[in-house]
Amino acid sequence: MAHTHSATTNGKDPAVKKIWKVFWILLVITSVEVGMAFLHLETGFPSKLWLNSLFILLTLLKAFYIVAEFMHLRHEVKNLIMTILFPLLLFVWFIIAFLMDGDSWKKMRKNLAPGTPAAVEAPAHQPAHH
Amino acid sequence: MDNAVTAKKKWWSGGHSPFSVSYGKLMMWYFLISDAFTFGALLIAYGTQRFMAQAWPDPNVVFHSFPFMGHMNLPLVFVSLMTFILIMSSVTMVLAVHAGHNMDRKSVARWLILTIIGGIMFLSCQAWEWTHLHEVGAWWGRNPFLNHDGSAALSTNFTDFFFTITGFHGLHVTSGVILNIIVLINVLKGTYEHRGHYEMVEKVGLYWHFVDLVWVFVFTCFYLL
Repeated sequence: MAHTHSATTNGKDPAVKKIWKVFWILLVITSVEVGMAFLHLETGFPSKLWLNSLFILLTLLKAFYIVAEFMHLRHEVKNLIMTILFPLLLFVWFIIAFLMDGDSWKKMRKNLAPGTPAAVEAPAHQPAHH
Repeated sequence: MDNAVTAKKKWWSGGHSPFSVSYGKLMMWYFLISDAFTFGALLIAYGTQRFMAQAWPDPNVVFHSFPFMGHMNLPLVFVSLMTFILIMSSVTMVLAVHAGHNMDRKSVARWLILTIIGGIMFLSCQAWEWTHLHEVGAWWGRNPFLNHDGSAALSTNFTDFFFTITGFHGLHVTSGVILNIIVLINVLKGTYEHRGHYEMVEKVGLYWHFVDLVWVFVFTCFYLL
C-alpha cells in the first residue's frame, strides 16, 4: 500500500511507530500468558480448562498481529488475503478430527485394557419382543 | 508495475497481477502455506498423542532451569526469554524491510545485522536447553520425566515430539539466519541498490516472521498447555 512507500527520513515515521506498537502488544500478550501460568501455579486459579482456553485465544491474537502487521497481510489486496487464508480453514477439520480421534483411542484403551471388566453387557439377555 | 488498482477494476481480466504482488513474494507466501501445514501436521500429531495418553509430564516441572542458576526452580522463565528474543528479532526485521522501502542501505544493513544476532541468540538458547535436557536424560527414545500424576512415563512420545518439533523449528531458524546473511552480503555489495528495490529483504522478512509465528504456537503447545 501507498503509505509504507512514502519516504520519510526523520525519526517520527508513523510506520515505525506502528511497528513498535505491535511489538509492545506482542510483548504484553506474552507477559500476560506467563503471568497467568504463574498465577495458576501458585493459586490453582483459573482452572486448567479456562487457562488453556485463554492461552489458545491469546496465541491466536498474537498470530493475527504477526501475520497482519509484520507480514503486512492486512494491507495487501483482498485476492491475496483470501488465497492465503482460505486453505488454512482445513486446519479446523484437521484439529477437531485428530484430537477427537486421540480422545476416542484413549477411551478404547481404557475399556479394553487387560483386567478391565466389561462395562456393559451386550443386549443378549433381553427377552425377545415377539 | 501496475500498482494503482481502483475498486472498479476487473481483477481477473489480465494485464496486471490479481494479487498486486510480485511473483517472488506470491511464491514465498505459497511456500509458507505449505510449511504451515507441515508444522500444523506435526503439532496436531503431538496433540493427538497427548489426547491419547492416560498421563503426560508437567511442562512447568520439565522446563524449570535457567543457565548459571543451578537448581533454582524457574519454570517458564528461560523460554520466555527465548520468545522475547525471537519477537525482538522480528521487529528488527520489519524495520529492515521498512528501511528498504526508503532505499536506506545503511539502515537495512544495520537492522539485518541485529536480526541475525537475534537469530543466533535464539539458537544458542535452544542449544543450551537441548544440552540441559540431554544431561537430565531426555532424548529421542528416552523420557525420564514423571507424569503429572506422579506415575512413571509409559512412552517416549513427550520427548520424541519435543525434540522433533523444536528441532524442526530450530532448523528453520538456522536456514533463516543463513538466508539473512546472504541477503546482508548483497545489501552491503549494493546489489539491491543497483536493482532499484529491496524486495529480497521483504521475501526473507516474510520467512523470518513465519518462523516467529511458528514459535508462538510451539511455545503455547509445549510450554503453556
